[in-house]
Amino acid sequence: MEALMEPGRVSERFSKLKGLAIAVAPHKGCGSSGGSGKSSCGSSAGSGDLPPDVWEKVKNHPCYSEEAHHHYARMHVAVAPACNIQCNYCNRKYDCANESRPGVVSERLTPEQAARKVLAVASEIPQMTVLGIAGPGDPLANPDKTFGTFDRVFKAAPDIKLCLSTNGLALPDHVARIKDFKVDHVTITINMIDPEVGARIYPWVFFRHKRYTGKDAAKLLSERQLEGLEMLTQAGILCKVNSVMIPGINDDHLVEVNKAVKSRGAFLHNIMPLISAPEHGTVFGLSGQRGPTAQELKALQDKCEGEMNMMRHCRQCRADAVGLLGEDRGAEFTTERIESMEVQYDAGKRQAYRDSVEVERSARRAAREQELLTLAGENSNRKILLAVATKGGGKVNEHFGHAKEFQIYEMSTAGAKFVGHRRVDLYCQGGYGEEDALAGVIRAINDCVAVLVAKIGACPKEELRKAGIEPIDQYAYGYIETSAISYYRGYLERLKSGAVADVERGDAVIRQGAFVEVGAPAGQAA
Amino acid sequence: MPYKIVASQCTGCSACEPECPNKAISEKDGIFLIDPKKCTECIGFFDEPQCVAVCPVDKTCIVDKSFPRYQK
Repeated sequence: MEALMEPGRVSERFSKLKGLAIAVAPHKGCGSSGGSGKSSCGSSAGSGDLPPDVWEKVKNHPCYSEEAHHHYARMHVAVAPACNIQCNYCNRKYDCANESRPGVVSERLTPEQAARKVLAVASEIPQMTVLGIAGPGDPLANPDKTFGTFDRVFKAAPDIKLCLSTNGLALPDHVARIKDFKVDHVTITINMIDPEVGARIYPWVFFRHKRYTGKDAAKLLSERQLEGLEMLTQAGILCKVNSVMIPGINDDHLVEVNKAVKSRGAFLHNIMPLISAPEHGTVFGLSGQRGPTAQELKALQDKCEGEMNMMRHCRQCRADAVGLLGEDRGAEFTTERIESMEVQYDAGKRQAYRDSVEVERSARRAAREQELLTLAGENSNRKILLAVATKGGGKVNEHFGHAKEFQIYEMSTAGAKFVGHRRVDLYCQGGYGEEDALAGVIRAINDCVAVLVAKIGACPKEELRKAGIEPIDQYAYGYIETSAISYYRGYLERLKSGAVADVERGDAVIRQGAFVEVGAPAGQAA
Repeated sequence: MPYKIVASQCTGCSACEPECPNKAISEKDGIFLIDPKKCTECIGFFDEPQCVAVCPVDKTCIVDKSFPRYQK
């Protein structure tokens, strides 16, 4: 499973095919020691929390390290259209260039085209450190195309990390090859370990020339997934597990899944909300199966967090996404443009960027530690959520009105912990027009006490205040965590003095549906 | 009767192509076709037609009634 956000993008013929994506992801052991600083894997925790060899693998991988995702970009190439299972949250016929969710792509590439695209993107975007193959079908149901792409990229640009995301059915057959290509990150989407649950998620799987249905299908899939996970762990390949949270079907069960994958060496667990809308034409979309609310998702993630790192920064991007998580520059790199581009792959320039990020990261970390000292002596149990408008670099540097998403931090006396993000770009949503954009933002961050922005207009300021969310622009261009801690300290003081009331915030809405650029005709994407 | 692929339903995902034991499936302009002269309905190979079993869209690989039934 990931994210193309360009309305009006012309899909090519191939593009009919779109698919389900499977999320891409990671593996064993970050921060098993636990501790308050640990949020997403290696996130704020950073190098100190991880064995050095593991940190080396994840530190520049935006999907495996929350901290890295502020600085580094990933790209997916859609070389793997075929799939070997059917999921009730996927509809392979749905094709919409405005859609941002796993499994959806607008153009299928050959391994040759894909490798060229990777080099073109790498030469223009030094932040791009990771190539993932996530679909739109299953990469391991298309092994020749998947490994053919890896082979070409591995030879031309050895500094690019390779990863893939699979449903796991074919995984045990390919672990040796995955190791040969030095793919050191693999994501398996595991939604259940109980065939009773699985039968409600997977109508069928195709395995060794036979279609299995019902509980037989789910049992087979689950066995293959767990076997594959164990093999990856044994081979020293970092494995992330993605799970789609489907309320009423596997929400409680995912706690069991978490234990099962943790015990088999999974490195990171990424519980994602179901994306489901009738216009997607999926079984769940048509049956009215709802996705979780923001607080339901957070509660489950918190429950699973025990000794295992949870990934909370996943953007569920498309199988052809390009850019930082949360942005998609895929439309800049059409096949047509890439064919005509003069690609200058400059490894030196890319290394220079990574070096500059290291400097920036150290500064950010030092500033955070310094600010954290100011919370020493505070013993409040009060936790609050803050929304932050950022366009990368770990800073409060986005204008409120331009934000396509807000990052959410949970504040406590232990510091700032990244706990998620909320998409607020305009989606195809029956009934909501452009004028309701602000109302949509408020619904999306309704559980937050304040929103930190680089800039904000007078009108939205007033509306936010009315909704009980404090608009804060005094930390413009500051580091996110440092700013958040400073705000929180002031909040606790105001709480003590009675200047702010201690009220529980409500829940918030996770947006569903396809992205539409502001001003685009609303019906276009559906 | 050989199988055929309903073009308007085909997503072009290519899953069927490598599964066909007769190499009867090929791609043309992003859509896949079954060569009726090569299709054996998988008789003699598998219990079920492989293209039907792997296709992600129901009723896309169907029996082509304009041809006589396949004879071993």
